[in-house]
Amino acid sequence: MSKSNKPGISAPGTAAFLYGVLKGNPVLVLMIGLCPVLAVSTSIFNAVGMSIAVAFVLIGSNVIISLVRKRTPGEIRIPVFIIIISTFVTIVDYVIRAYSPELYRQLGVFIPLIVVNCIVIGRGEAFAYKNTVKLSFLDGIGTSIGFFIVLFVIGLLRQLFGKGELLGKVIFSKPALIMILPPGGFITIGVLMGILTYYNLKKSKV
Amino acid sequence: MPDNLIVTISPHIRSEDNISRMMLDVIIALSLNILVSICFYSWRAFSLILTCIVFSISTEVISQKIMKKKGTVSDFSAVVTGLLLGFCLPPSLPLWIAAIGSIFSILVGKQIFGGLGHNPFNPALVGRAFLQVSWPLQMSTWISPFDGITTATPLTIDKLNLPGVIPSYEELFLGSYAGSLGETSVIALLLGAGYLLLRKRIKLYIPISYIFTVVIIAAILNKDVLFHVLSGGLILGAFFMAADPVTSPLTDKGKLIFGAGCGLLTMIIRFRGGFPEGVCYSILIMNMLTPFIDKITRTKKFGVVGQTR
Repeated sequence: MSKSNKPGISAPGTAAFLYGVLKGNPVLVLMIGLCPVLAVSTSIFNAVGMSIAVAFVLIGSNVIISLVRKRTPGEIRIPVFIIIISTFVTIVDYVIRAYSPELYRQLGVFIPLIVVNCIVIGRGEAFAYKNTVKLSFLDGIGTSIGFFIVLFVIGLLRQLFGKGELLGKVIFSKPALIMILPPGGFITIGVLMGILTYYNLKKSKV
Repeated sequence: MPDNLIVTISPHIRSEDNISRMMLDVIIALSLNILVSICFYSWRAFSLILTCIVFSISTEVISQKIMKKKGTVSDFSAVVTGLLLGFCLPPSLPLWIAAIGSIFSILVGKQIFGGLGHNPFNPALVGRAFLQVSWPLQMSTWISPFDGITTATPLTIDKLNLPGVIPSYEELFLGSYAGSLGETSVIALLLGAGYLLLRKRIKLYIPISYIFTVVIIAAILNKDVLFHVLSGGLILGAFFMAADPVTSPLTDKGKLIFGAGCGLLTMIIRFRGGFPEGVCYSILIMNMLTPFIDKITRTKKFGVVGQTR
């Protein structure tokens, strides 16, 4: 893990997997894909739904991009990525609409917007386009887990302090409204970012 | 950070001043206002201001312990933050909300950025904006002084055309009308500001340009000029919050721009915004622009021939 500073070039399996969780956490370290994070993390339900959708798209597109990487000319790789990603997003879109209309209503436009999600395109461009299928698959899982953990924690904190309830139980009778509004999302992300950066810095010093 | 760091443009001269003496002067300047608010709202004012100060100080001490920084609680800056936050809260606010606001002010408004001298925003106003968004109902419930009857502030009455009597200029000047704890009494605030001027703690550029801009805009829009100067948090904001040396520009020209921007934004929020009062948000927005204003008003270098840029 200590040598995985440039994971896009030569990272072994575990490093590719772990990179996305801590050192290259998409939201808290790379700071990409913040738009859906801010928008859908107002409750645990939305956060889990969104991260599962992103995980499916990310892992699937990483594998396919890696499979076709040698046949894709460099000049048109981004359009090719977009076509591959939007295929998976369409699948996710229909599945959610069919099986969980409630989640579909909550996430709204942010499901189709996964097509242009920086995390998905970013991992395709920076990793899957240059690495083997196996590594790209592991990178997709790692990044998805990193995204899931962050979204879950933010959703938990914002639901707890912003709506004052957890698992159907009322905990705060007068919750801080700011936490379910955009500023509360920024503040929560900022605090988590600080904690993870502190942890990463401490670890790299040792 | 050394205790005696003074932030200003060159040329510099040494003096025996330090931050704690300066903050103490601010507290002395505001002490008359404390008495006035206690006189208006008795125990409510006392307990609110005390809560704010106690929680500000303890947050500062605890956060500096956790971050392993040198304790700076003896410079009184946390006391001033707590005091100013208390002054811009409604008297009927539950104490626990005030406590959360104080913690947020010091922690997020100040310590996270590196403590006094590094905060981009006025900590007290950060706390107030946080509370305003978090508990809008409690933060916009006002009571009138002495009798404690729920009522609207003059600016709200004016903005929404509510039934209610707008206080006379005399009442506005003395402060015996509904409003935040320490914003109503113009006379007490002006006396405090006068003390700070005597002690040469503040420069008048920001307050004057702030109030002057408000006057001009009110006159252009054909509104009651004196009413807009005396009501709301304008005097408190102009003298004690906008003129905060940490979060306002360094140069005199920059201070004039800063004050004018505050005045413009205040009036825009009062007439076009969703809130009846805009002093808090306008100062926060101008705080954000301070580094930019400093950049465009940089003074010329002496002794350099030709183009210096």
